[in-house]
Amino acid sequence: MPDAIVAEGLVKTYGEVVALDGMDLAVPEGTVLGLLGPNGAGKTTTVRILTTLLTPDAGRATVAGLDVVRDAARLRARIGVSGQYAAVDDHLTGLENLEMIGRLHHLGAGRSRARARELLERFGLTDAAGRPAQGYSGGMRRRLDLAGALVAAPPVLFLDEPTTGLDPRARAGLWDVIAELVGTGTTVLLTTQYLEEADRLADRIAVVDHGRVIALGTADELKSQVGGDRIELSVTSAEDLASAVRVLAPLSTGEPRRDALRLTIPVAGGASALTEALVRLAAEQITVRDAGLRRPTLDDVFLALTAKEPAS
Amino acid sequence: MTALPLADGLTIARRNALKIRRAPDLLGGVVMLPIVLVLLFTYVFGSMISLPGMSYAEYLLPGVFVMTIVSSGQITGYTLTQDLQKGIFDRFRTLPMSPSAVLTGQTVADVIMNVTSIVTMTLVGLLVGWRIHTPPWEAALGFVMLLLFAYAFSWVTAAVALSLRTPESFNNVATIMTFPLVFLSNAFVDPARLPAPLKPIAEWNPVSTLVQASRDLFGNTSAAMPPPTAWPLRHAVPVSLLWSLLLLAVFVPLATRLYRRAVSR
Repeated sequence: MPDAIVAEGLVKTYGEVVALDGMDLAVPEGTVLGLLGPNGAGKTTTVRILTTLLTPDAGRATVAGLDVVRDAARLRARIGVSGQYAAVDDHLTGLENLEMIGRLHHLGAGRSRARARELLERFGLTDAAGRPAQGYSGGMRRRLDLAGALVAAPPVLFLDEPTTGLDPRARAGLWDVIAELVGTGTTVLLTTQYLEEADRLADRIAVVDHGRVIALGTADELKSQVGGDRIELSVTSAEDLASAVRVLAPLSTGEPRRDALRLTIPVAGGASALTEALVRLAAEQITVRDAGLRRPTLDDVFLALTAKEPAS
Repeated sequence: MTALPLADGLTIARRNALKIRRAPDLLGGVVMLPIVLVLLFTYVFGSMISLPGMSYAEYLLPGVFVMTIVSSGQITGYTLTQDLQKGIFDRFRTLPMSPSAVLTGQTVADVIMNVTSIVTMTLVGLLVGWRIHTPPWEAALGFVMLLLFAYAFSWVTAAVALSLRTPESFNNVATIMTFPLVFLSNAFVDPARLPAPLKPIAEWNPVSTLVQASRDLFGNTSAAMPPPTAWPLRHAVPVSLLWSLLLLAVFVPLATRLYRRAVSR
């Protein structure tokens, strides 16, 4: 399968700050790549370069077979972009927003209007079509922005933190919409800070830090890299914390993390590991204030992956 | 697909015109401000100042026309700085549209806005006793000159806005810029009576030549009043046209460059 998005050694610096430091990516046609990383990792800069908004200082990239610098003008007809700051015009209605984008894609007045209506219907915005976007909720604005990215039915779609700042319900709603899109063969590059989001939507995940990809794989591959579940517990004194670390060491599959009187230990075996841990702690008469089992979070994946990196 | 500058410009102009129509604060500047200015100047100053051979309203209205054009030019800059802060220019820049359409669309929408302002002022002016005393073609030329200057001035404020980038700093600078431009002119007083260092500034000020050109073209002059002696004011119509063309020649490319710089960060 040919790659719809290819980036080779992209570098971008802002004065002293290195935003991208040799970013390499390859996204096969019809698949979804999740770009996962914290703020400032270079996710947005990558998207801005791939969508012709920025030119890289070094390296090259092609999208849909077109060079992002040399063929920028032609490329713009073939991509859709939806960003973390919804690019919606407040004073225009939902319909007018989408119609305007259709006209700027040179679809013509009639087709622009028909396409706008079709997308409003698909994103559940028909009732709000005639109202200025000013009055839309956060979730509605994001849906309208996403609809805007789809006006020209682009083969490649860029979604830059599509759900950041949304409440859980709006997020779930938007996930359904995106998942549906992914089913239609569009190539998608998705950036996110949430492992759960990448997990849900992406075929493969690239973890980025300091402007480079530090790990690449499916969600399962990444999770297995950072081990299984985590036991999280808190105790009442520093001595108990030290004892707990010692007592639970045999159960731990990785480096325990301490934060004040809280302890996080990667374990294998899920719930039975938790039972085992509590039994051992009780035997040592260590008072446990609370304890629980949780799945790995982005923090865990991220800390585990960056721990392997030489300190910069 | 190739970019279509004209069609894209019209699409953007339509968007900006809709914005002005829906934003009460902007609409206030376009319709209310001209009404307030005409009434205020006519009745406050008009009651204290008497001119030989003509009413103060006749003398004043061309000045108020120009003052309104200059202050509504701020809407161009304000809208641009607001758009800069939102994601909308990024969206435009990922579309296969002509990049120059953003600014041409914005300034063309401002022409529509200025037509609204000028029509409003003309009607209110006629109500308070201002009259056109010249043949229709001359008066028409007067309106065209006002609009041409308004269009050129939109590009000036666009350039200022694009170099400042935030609505707050633009508003501050625009106010500081507008007052000397309007008051160091012949809009309300006779520049011949200004102190020496200010006199040439007032005489060459594009606002002065435009006000004088409007007075000439609308016939708001009086045989009993001495005509201006300064060269730019004696040739107000061609000088005013040249001013507008000069501003366009400088500020269209400048604003376009500043736009490209402001958005590609």
